[in-house]
Amino acid sequence: MKRSRLSLGFSLLSMSGLSIFFIFPLVFMVMSSFKSNDSLLQDVSSVRAFLPVGHLSLDNYWEVFNRVPFGRFLFNSLFVSTATVVLGLFLNSMIGFAIAKMEWRGKKMVLSIILALLILPFDVLAIPMLYLAAKLPWFSFTGGFHFTQGWFNSYQIQILPFAASAFSIFLFVQYFKGLPKELDEAALVDGASWFRIYRSIAVPLSGPVFGTVAILTFLPMWNMYLWPAITIQDEKYRSIMLGLQYFYVNFGTSWGQIMAYLTLLTIPIVILFLSMQRFFVTSVASSGIKG
Amino acid sequence: MKHLKRSMSVMAIVIAFALTASIFAAPAQAAPETIVLWSHASGHKEEINIAYQIAKDFNVSQTKYSVEIKAFPNPNYNDAVVAAAAGKSLPCLLDIDAPVTPAWAWAGYLSPLTIDKKTLSKFSKTAKGIYDGKLYSLGIYDAAVGLFAKKSVLKSLALRTPTIASPWSLNEFNDALAKAKASGKFDYAISMGTGWDGEWYPYAYSPLLQSFGGDLINRKDMKSAEGALNGPEAKAWGEWFQNIFTSGYAPKKESATERDTGFTTGKIAFSWSGNWTAKDALAKLGDDFVVLPPPNLGTRPVIGGGSWQWAISSTCNNKAAANEFLNFGLQSKYIARYANDLTYVPGTKEATALSVDYKPGAPLAIFQQLASKYALIRPATPAYAFISTVYEKMTKDIIAGANVQTALDAAVDEIDKNLKNNNYYKKKK
Repeated sequence: MKRSRLSLGFSLLSMSGLSIFFIFPLVFMVMSSFKSNDSLLQDVSSVRAFLPVGHLSLDNYWEVFNRVPFGRFLFNSLFVSTATVVLGLFLNSMIGFAIAKMEWRGKKMVLSIILALLILPFDVLAIPMLYLAAKLPWFSFTGGFHFTQGWFNSYQIQILPFAASAFSIFLFVQYFKGLPKELDEAALVDGASWFRIYRSIAVPLSGPVFGTVAILTFLPMWNMYLWPAITIQDEKYRSIMLGLQYFYVNFGTSWGQIMAYLTLLTIPIVILFLSMQRFFVTSVASSGIKG
Repeated sequence: MKHLKRSMSVMAIVIAFALTASIFAAPAQAAPETIVLWSHASGHKEEINIAYQIAKDFNVSQTKYSVEIKAFPNPNYNDAVVAAAAGKSLPCLLDIDAPVTPAWAWAGYLSPLTIDKKTLSKFSKTAKGIYDGKLYSLGIYDAAVGLFAKKSVLKSLALRTPTIASPWSLNEFNDALAKAKASGKFDYAISMGTGWDGEWYPYAYSPLLQSFGGDLINRKDMKSAEGALNGPEAKAWGEWFQNIFTSGYAPKKESATERDTGFTTGKIAFSWSGNWTAKDALAKLGDDFVVLPPPNLGTRPVIGGGSWQWAISSTCNNKAAANEFLNFGLQSKYIARYANDLTYVPGTKEATALSVDYKPGAPLAIFQQLASKYALIRPATPAYAFISTVYEKMTKDIIAGANVQTALDAAVDEIDKNLKNNNYYKKKK
């Protein structure tokens, strides 16, 4: 009993220590967002950086809304991230299901090719994708229906290239393989189509993997920088991460405003994580994925 | 009622007459053609507002063209331009950082400008982006670096106040640093601005190398850095520059606090800094603040030159309109506004006379003199972006204490290899 209390106490102490350690950058960010550039820089080398001391004001926040169309950027990022998640869940789960459950020629080869794609970093693909995106056809209703060339300055260029993901397909394949085969066989005997089996049996039983893939897709989409930086020239389609660059001016970086902006863009992620925390922890534990 | 009917009839006749007259008299007005200007100043409210004002004035001044501005945040502006060039979606007009002009002209992104000679003659040499004998960009403003000091410190250390006509020699500069350190009044003798990164390194420190007699590349043919960057003059610069840091005269890597407030709070005696920080120093130090010319370290005093400029893309469908806008936007009143609102150095004498801070006798007038007398344009070669990166890394190694000759030789090898691999950036046909 004594040992277990001691062990519990040690665990609590170490966990508290780690929590404080990990929360420090966030505290620094929030506290600095209320300080002027000068006082922020003066406080940065002392413990004052983490404390609400000195002259505190909301000036940085006002200036953020003054310098950047924050609402527009927030909407763009939420829309692009959510649309990619929804489309990605649908596409990748169907591909994963087809590979895990159905028998067809070349299945193993397709899976090998998808797995091989995992080793390619996005930076390698960015330039070829850029050339491709410049040539792809689209359509417009401005001045009557007509076809256009190039996807630059649009939502689709931020969503469609990332909807299908090798890693998400791999997760779905692994998860669907674990579902009992007998369920598919029984459904097939009852005359269900493969799509019906996917929709009515596989999807309802796969909450954890859907949750994992949703979060693992949402976060990189939210944080995406390089792709929108090179394909979006029009402010109305810019993402919230590009907005951060508005505060880096030649030899005049506004650190207080950057901290205010970061605080504002962290809020949706914190809300998302807190509201889905229980679900996320379950899904991570059951799928064996560690963040 | 009768009166009302009569007046309505008269009114109807007048309106009908007016309409008929307008149909026959007024020619149909075509909508103005829109040309787009890309700016790097998104988020920099004061700067982008001037660009918006110029575009607005231009659009009002004539009816043929309409200029629309699309602004980008500075850090990813160059990437956006290169990506747009790859996607063939460059705008007609764009602004460009001076040292980048040769690379973009060589890559075929830019079209030569047709600015009339009279207008062009008003601009300083550092405001012109020339590559292969052609003008590709023209500066809306310039920048200059100087040695920030306090009159009281010069007096207390018994130092001669250098002038543009008679700057400090190498020995005098070294003596000033030694005296400042020995006085015990300061944490450091000088802030070299090591808290900044990137282009600051070649912009601020390669002029010191050039003052010693070295350079980033052999400018005659731009085909090798051998001798220029690793010769005896370059070695002398490297050892002297390293000594500034190893002797504790300057912090090796300044914190943001040291960089931004070290000089004005009196913790650092001198500061190697630019016109963009001078107004703040002037406000904090008042009459005690003085900007000294760069020291003559061997051959002559040198500072960097060239800032953001305007250019026309090669894919622009209406170059006449773009040139018309440039001629309009480069009026002295606008250049002076950049100087007045943002403390940027004006690139013409006319604009200098209109500026509050740079006109003769004004507190920051020395920057204009330094820019016109001592500025040396960074090498006009498409390889500059690569040279700049190599130089930054090399200088950081030297500051950190690397063997100077080894660091210089390694940089020369890298630069020469790049030049060779790119066939010496011969012009594309």
